[in-house]
Amino acid sequence: MQDFGEAIHLSLQLVVSGDPNLLEIILLSLQVSLIAMAISCLIGFPLGALLAISRFPGRGGVLVVVNALMGLPPVVVGLIVYLHLSRAGPLGWLGLLYTPMAMIIAQSILITPIIAALSRQVLEDLHNEYAEQFRSLCVPMHTMIGALIWDARYGLLTVALAGFGRAVAEVGAVIVVGGNIDHLTRVMTTAIALETSKGDLALALALGVVLLAIALSVNALVMALRLTAERYAYA
Amino acid sequence: MLERTASMDRTATVDIPAFSAEPLLPVEVKGLTLEIAGKRLIDSIDLTLVARTVTMVMGPNGAGKSLLQRLLHGLIQPTAGHISWGEAPISQAIRERQAMVFQRPVLLRRSVAENIDFVLRLKGNAGRDRRDEVLEHVGLIDHARQPARLLSGGEQQRLVLARALVLAPEVLFLDEPTASLDPASVQRIEEIVSDAHRQGTKIIFITHDIGQAKRLADEIVFLHRGRLCEHTPADRFFANPSSAAARAYLEGRIVL
Repeated sequence: MQDFGEAIHLSLQLVVSGDPNLLEIILLSLQVSLIAMAISCLIGFPLGALLAISRFPGRGGVLVVVNALMGLPPVVVGLIVYLHLSRAGPLGWLGLLYTPMAMIIAQSILITPIIAALSRQVLEDLHNEYAEQFRSLCVPMHTMIGALIWDARYGLLTVALAGFGRAVAEVGAVIVVGGNIDHLTRVMTTAIALETSKGDLALALALGVVLLAIALSVNALVMALRLTAERYAYA
Repeated sequence: MLERTASMDRTATVDIPAFSAEPLLPVEVKGLTLEIAGKRLIDSIDLTLVARTVTMVMGPNGAGKSLLQRLLHGLIQPTAGHISWGEAPISQAIRERQAMVFQRPVLLRRSVAENIDFVLRLKGNAGRDRRDEVLEHVGLIDHARQPARLLSGGEQQRLVLARALVLAPEVLFLDEPTASLDPASVQRIEEIVSDAHRQGTKIIFITHDIGQAKRLADEIVFLHRGRLCEHTPADRFFANPSSAAARAYLEGRIVL
């Protein structure tokens, strides 16, 4: 076990020197979480828009369920995906367990409700503003959904980044379905967990520093986007 | 200019639909009633509005002016009574031949030009010529690339008018479009509305501005507490209103 000061020193060395192992883990993390975010946006935005503009019996119940799913425990998601992808599971024949694809599936399931619920809120506010004008113009449903998503694009980017933040920082689901296999499915969070348990704090801390830097960058990007949108009155 | 048929001939690349063969007007309203939460907001209104006139809808706040417009345009459904546009009930096909401008401009979070393009595309008429023509008409051609929401209040309302007029509606509803605008902006809006009227568009215009009503109106529909108090030619209404509520309103007294 290294002492804390030595661990920090070593971790900074790893970051500055561009250690190949570290880079590989970071790149895989970004790849998995960005793809999961993209898939979730493709599903979550239209779903959020549909929930924002539709009025049907039981809508309140659906909203409660979608909001509740925002708090899905990652380990439970990981377990459910594992059961489906394992050899005995219904999708076992795909051979996806312990691959980055399995991790993408798990993260997508985890963040789609977040993206759908948050985008529903953003789009409902905008729809309240547009609704009467759209009815007057006889705008069809699919055009309405497209227009709302496009006009709320800055708000939705924030939502997407929130989903990405959740995905990249998540450990429970990816460790269950990815298995934390070196050079194959090891991502930042699973590596941190492993290295900490081994007592090798340098790599764990280095990855922690990078994770924090990503979180800060995501937040800075969100703020910059908001400011840009406000400056051009698109917000 | 927004000539409904002439501009079609002149700008061959722009396909703006001409009036349908089925006449939309007159619109006949019989026993129109609207109740919300047990409260009667529109009370058994009978009314006939004919083509090619400017109808100003007046009355104190809460009289039901905006509700009447929304009922006529089919944005809300009445509790009782019916509305016939050229003997047909309100439908999407009829609403597509009308346009409405709300008191607070509702603009897409896009550029001025894209706000017009959205409506043109909606009706399958993507045409830059037509867009530029209408922006020129309302004096916004130099702002075409500017974000719509950065325009001044008067410019925003002109853009909304341009968006309403770009498809040459047969009926134009205006819900206090000049409320809180400066006199120059009011004058510009009135000019655009008058032009549309000259081109044959039926105007149904809500206002509290008595001077504006005198300048524009052919006839006045005066409402009070959801009831139709008067439907008379404008000159007669201003010279000799027949209802006590209209007299009090014109004299600036509180209408109870």
